[in-house]
Amino acid sequence: MAEKTFTVTAETGIHARPATLLVQAAGKFDSEINLEYKGRTVNLKSIMGVMSLGIGQGAEIKITAEGSDEQDALNTLEETLKREGLAE
Amino acid sequence: MSTMLKGIAASNGIAIAKAYRLIEPDLKVEKQTADNTSEETARFQEALKVSKEELQAIRDKADKDLGPDKAAIFDAHLLVLSDPELISPIEDKIKNEQVNAEFALKETADMFIMMFEQMDNEYMKERAADIRDVTKRVLAHLLGVQIPNPSMISEEVIIIAEDLTPSDTAQLNRTYVKGFTTNIGGRTSHSAIMARSLEIPAVVGTKEATASIQNGDLVIVDGLNGEVHINPTPELVTKYEQMHADYEKQKAEWAKLVNEKTVSADGHHVELAANIGTPGDLESVKSNGGEAVGLYRTEFLYMGRDQLPTEDEQFEAYKAVLEGMEGKPVVVRTLDIGGDKELPYLDLPKEMNPFLGFRAIRLCLEEQGIFRTQLRALLRASSYGNLKIMFPMIATLDEFRQAKAILEEEKQSLIESGVKVAGKIETGIMVEIPSTAVMADTFAKEVDFFSIGTNDLIQYTMAADRMNERVSYLYQPYNPAILRLVKMVIDAAHKEGKWAGMCGEMAGDETAIPLLLGLGLDEFSMSATSILRARSLIRNLSQPEMEELANRVLSMSTADEVVQAVQAAVAK
Repeated sequence: MAEKTFTVTAETGIHARPATLLVQAAGKFDSEINLEYKGRTVNLKSIMGVMSLGIGQGAEIKITAEGSDEQDALNTLEETLKREGLAE
Repeated sequence: MSTMLKGIAASNGIAIAKAYRLIEPDLKVEKQTADNTSEETARFQEALKVSKEELQAIRDKADKDLGPDKAAIFDAHLLVLSDPELISPIEDKIKNEQVNAEFALKETADMFIMMFEQMDNEYMKERAADIRDVTKRVLAHLLGVQIPNPSMISEEVIIIAEDLTPSDTAQLNRTYVKGFTTNIGGRTSHSAIMARSLEIPAVVGTKEATASIQNGDLVIVDGLNGEVHINPTPELVTKYEQMHADYEKQKAEWAKLVNEKTVSADGHHVELAANIGTPGDLESVKSNGGEAVGLYRTEFLYMGRDQLPTEDEQFEAYKAVLEGMEGKPVVVRTLDIGGDKELPYLDLPKEMNPFLGFRAIRLCLEEQGIFRTQLRALLRASSYGNLKIMFPMIATLDEFRQAKAILEEEKQSLIESGVKVAGKIETGIMVEIPSTAVMADTFAKEVDFFSIGTNDLIQYTMAADRMNERVSYLYQPYNPAILRLVKMVIDAAHKEGKWAGMCGEMAGDETAIPLLLGLGLDEFSMSATSILRARSLIRNLSQPEMEELANRVLSMSTADEVVQAVQAAVAK
């Protein structure tokens, strides 16, 4: 299993467009990918799951991936977060 | 047999085309036992597939026509239709409970909608609407009914709707939408204002347009007389084609006045300005001969998005308008949000009386971050043209002083950091609250100008909600009470050597214009499309005669008497 923790830097948090981008990115992989925030875990391929977390600026989030392409998935998601200035 | 509906003429012109119903179909779902659950699942998947294809097409069209920003919302909608947390429970439900796909979809979607609705954040609550929107499309396919896709219209149509929201109108393609008619609304409702700015004929408040008109019916929208004809006889069509041609000819006559000054028959000059919402409206201001922008509604910069516009975004918009007007005056109204205009992302609590609540300048003085960002953007843009700043909903002199002080602070801080700011920026107020009209003599000593916002001034003076049709008879622009307030404001301005304008609907109204000219109004700001007609009207009026008329009607008892007096005087 691959996992990594990030701090959300985007002023608007992980809402709307950022959430869309992450879920789109996660959907390209076979691995099971989860997002953890404040003790709640949701499927990162689920837009409604991600939105329901209400992640704001400054939040600590953890992404885990498990499956054949887990490392690839995690790298891509990390790249998306950084490129879009969402989290570090 | 043709039928006729009466409504309110909301936007001038004649349109003849086929009806397009922008109406929610009946999506009632009944629970049924599914004998063959795999067939039911296949039906669900097929509906899902077709819905995704439709959404993808809408998304691509939005991307092309409106830009990636507007397309993003459809990306999110597409993801909802691929969401494993939504799809799996529906498929499980069909299989395990042996129910029909419609029921499984509705039950599951409703659970998510409820979950989002119960969140205490206004933004998250809005997401419930997204889920409802997307699942409705799938449900419609399952039920075999059509939901309208207005952005995909590809032939000339007349839109039939209960009412049109800002997002509905934003989706309408101006090439194909020739006119519209709605069940509810009045001359100042959003849909009516939009129709005038799009320059398409509209009749609103017909009460039964959606009940009487079917998709594909031939419809005539007579925006001059407030009539809608359904499946007209060939004779009637011919008559309206003639009226349409006459109206176009009349417009061509008016068009000759594009570059003329607005001068009454005796040589008294007034300024005819336009109300705009976006830089895109400038084209129409120019083609209609606007001498200024009398009201730039900045709310549109803040609406239809999920976060506040940045200072730079605002600066670009203001600069575009100021440059576009080439040195002619541009009166920018600072953020007027609240009342009927909400911004979900501000997460403001619901109020019992939003029109009497936390809105416009009240909100700006409290949420100063938002206000200061806008003022800085305006100040930075000020060196690109002739900017005047106007504060909305001012009720007390103290509010104006506070707003002005904040403006001065931002101005100083920009100048200190080396930003170029125009030397003189006139600062004025909207007069839309009776207390301000009554105290206009005091205000006039401190403000540079007044602009009378009649839509709100009338609703507050008559204590009649302008969105409530049952009290719409109290929306009386010609009531002597309103005219006396208008006179107080104009006289107060002139006594201090200031100018007074008007940016409500009344300023472009054919019956009001003679009176306003007589009362000495300096600037009339209206829908751009009303300017040439107003100019043509004023050129035939004598200011001293209208002054005599105005003084006479001020002592009349009712609005009806006033209208009769004006009609008699103008007909002469």
